[in-house]
Amino acid sequence: MNQEAFGLIFTGESNPLMRDLVLSRAVAAVPFGGRYRCIDFVLSNLVNTGIRNVGLIVQKNYHSLMDHLGTGKEWDLNRKRDGLFLLPPFSTKDNTGVYRGDIDAFHSIMQYVRRSSQKTLIICGSHTVFNTTFDAILKQHKETGADITIMYNEDPRFFPEEQNRDLRLLLDEDGMTVNGLEWNPRTPGSDYRSCEINVINKDLFEDLVEEAYSRGMVDFVREVMLPRAKDLKVMGWRYDGYVARIDSINTYFMHNMELLNATAAKDLYNMRHPIYTKVKDEIASQYGEHANVKNVLMADGCLIDGAVENSIVFRGVTVERGAVVKNSILMQGVAVRSGAVLDHVILDKNVTVNAGRQLTGYEGIPLVFRKNLTI
Amino acid sequence: MKKKIVCMLLAGGQGSRLGVLTSSMAKPAVPFGGKYRIIDFPLSNCVNSDIDTVGVLTQYRPLALNSYLGTGQHWDLDRSSGGVFVLPPYMTEHDGRWYSGTANAIWQNRSFVDQYDPDYVLILSGDHIYKMDYTKMLKFHIANDAAATIAVLKVPMEEAHRFGIMNTDENGTIVSFEEKPKVPKSNNASMGIYIFNWKLLRDYMERDDADETSDNDFGKNIIPAMLNAGEKMVAYPFEGYWKDVGTIQSLWEANMDLLGEKPELNLNDPAWRIYTRNPVMPPHYTDAAADVKNSLVAEGCVVRGKVEHTVLFCGAKVGTGAAVADAVVFPNAEIGEKCLVKKAIIGENSIIGDGVQIGVPPEEGETVDNRLTGDIVLIGNDVTIPAGTRIPSGAVVTAETIGQFLNGGKNA
Repeated sequence: MNQEAFGLIFTGESNPLMRDLVLSRAVAAVPFGGRYRCIDFVLSNLVNTGIRNVGLIVQKNYHSLMDHLGTGKEWDLNRKRDGLFLLPPFSTKDNTGVYRGDIDAFHSIMQYVRRSSQKTLIICGSHTVFNTTFDAILKQHKETGADITIMYNEDPRFFPEEQNRDLRLLLDEDGMTVNGLEWNPRTPGSDYRSCEINVINKDLFEDLVEEAYSRGMVDFVREVMLPRAKDLKVMGWRYDGYVARIDSINTYFMHNMELLNATAAKDLYNMRHPIYTKVKDEIASQYGEHANVKNVLMADGCLIDGAVENSIVFRGVTVERGAVVKNSILMQGVAVRSGAVLDHVILDKNVTVNAGRQLTGYEGIPLVFRKNLTI
Repeated sequence: MKKKIVCMLLAGGQGSRLGVLTSSMAKPAVPFGGKYRIIDFPLSNCVNSDIDTVGVLTQYRPLALNSYLGTGQHWDLDRSSGGVFVLPPYMTEHDGRWYSGTANAIWQNRSFVDQYDPDYVLILSGDHIYKMDYTKMLKFHIANDAAATIAVLKVPMEEAHRFGIMNTDENGTIVSFEEKPKVPKSNNASMGIYIFNWKLLRDYMERDDADETSDNDFGKNIIPAMLNAGEKMVAYPFEGYWKDVGTIQSLWEANMDLLGEKPELNLNDPAWRIYTRNPVMPPHYTDAAADVKNSLVAEGCVVRGKVEHTVLFCGAKVGTGAAVADAVVFPNAEIGEKCLVKKAIIGENSIIGDGVQIGVPPEEGETVDNRLTGDIVLIGNDVTIPAGTRIPSGAVVTAETIGQFLNGGKNA
């Protein structure tokens, strides 16, 4: 049990780079890694740290998230004291009910923050996927007496189309002291990228948010953390495990495929701290007489009698005899009929590909088909 | 709060015919079908039949069953009124004793049932695999105005001598009952599923309890007594899959019945889900060198070898170059590289070293005690088999008996 910290997950913003996958859901609710939603990772990380008080800020399209999280019982967050709090927008005399950015959201849920008995707040984004506990970052935060501690990892890759979601840390040689922050860099000044996790003392958080709100500011990172990186004590905490940032359809595809690589999968699926998700009570997957499955991650409830290679297969997928699926992501309930051929394709939930259809995307340009389509 | 019907589940005993599989757990907790335990079937049938109050009677390692069932949330049985309860024997200030028979187990827990003041009580066994809507059976019971209803299944006449046989008249009323008759008069086999009017059953159990010569058993004592007294007892005909998985052979067969294009037992039925305590595991991974056909593979498995006509439970692993066929591999068991496994049940958390051969024909002069297993190899739970060991078909291997298989069986 961790009595000192509580978690606040922001799922508000939308991301058009995720294309058809976010037509009817927040990025946090996008399926990832065979049987999870993006949010499962950060939520499990909090729970595996022993944190029992988690607030979840939702704004648009949150039906899918609410359906997924329920009372929080799969995460053991259906508690009498604390637990999981869903914080949707609401209208009051000084609150229009729509958030322009996270500062609006933080301001409107300040009641929840004040009421929480814990002193340290972990502000989490919902697009960055990794599996660890926050014990070490909390310890470092306390020992260094930092105002804000940012979790980061070293990632030499740079994706120009995602640069407006890119926060870089300019660090001292000690790897902890932050000399500056870069947001939306055209050419990044470092390989140290924020993991969307900021540890902050609750009182400071309240002061910073209320001041920023009164000045009409919108974005906490850009308008508060960036300009005040020098006068506040901002530190970085380095994470060396696998990190996936789900910031565009291309990185979404890339990171799913990376899970076929043993190192990434071992890190993300580390059984010492399991990732919890909604249970569907599916049966084990059935392989048929003609199944030919190579290098595939597959969840329960699938019925496979065709060829599947280098792919991620979510729960309850059917691949009929004679169908060929390569380098693709098939989400829950997808059916690929006999003779269909798929390569570099992302099929959202319950898409049906009829017999004999051929769908081919290319590396870096996967084809995406939205929920419930029949092709 | 009053309930119309309460279920009492006889999770019973040690299951000695399942041998080493039940050395640390009760029979109902034995794994089945890739991700289930046997007890998931009666529990899920109850929930799917809107029965929300279940007493689980056990006197063998109640803690293991208790921690498996927890609050019942995995079966949707965490109810504010009702729910699932493990009922082990207990002491009172006057007395206290082990359950002497199936009827005695219910009798000792009569106050548990009484607190719900039910009209009917459903009695189930904890070691059968089937899907059944008890609502239909209850309707049948009420429509027939019966004192007791017993579910029966038509079995092949030549096998009828292995079952309790209900002989009925043309209306389905039971006229006589024979336990394992040498010359069966009919093939209506009792499935061990009973509905009784609670108040009436209570009277019969009370009388039975006073009779010191009684075995306090439903089949031997209560049902014959009710028949003799002329109570109306009817047979409820059930059609569909049902299997007593009380032996190694039948447990293996029932798992195999899940395989194939049209499996005899289809668990992939959204209208009748079987619920279980889901282990929190990632998707399973089938690598580029693997070849999996006609099998069930659960989450958490890692498959790098050849797997055919096999059930791999959660977290099982099959190494590169291994060939596994007609096997039932329990949760978290690991099969090493280049192993050969043929017709076997491999217990939970067991580790099979590289190059081990399981299910090979016995060598000349090698004797195998296969009274429980026939030609199926049974590896117990938590057994480690050193690399290169040869295990002949029909053998039973535990941590205690592994020695006799080392050095090519020459230690025997």
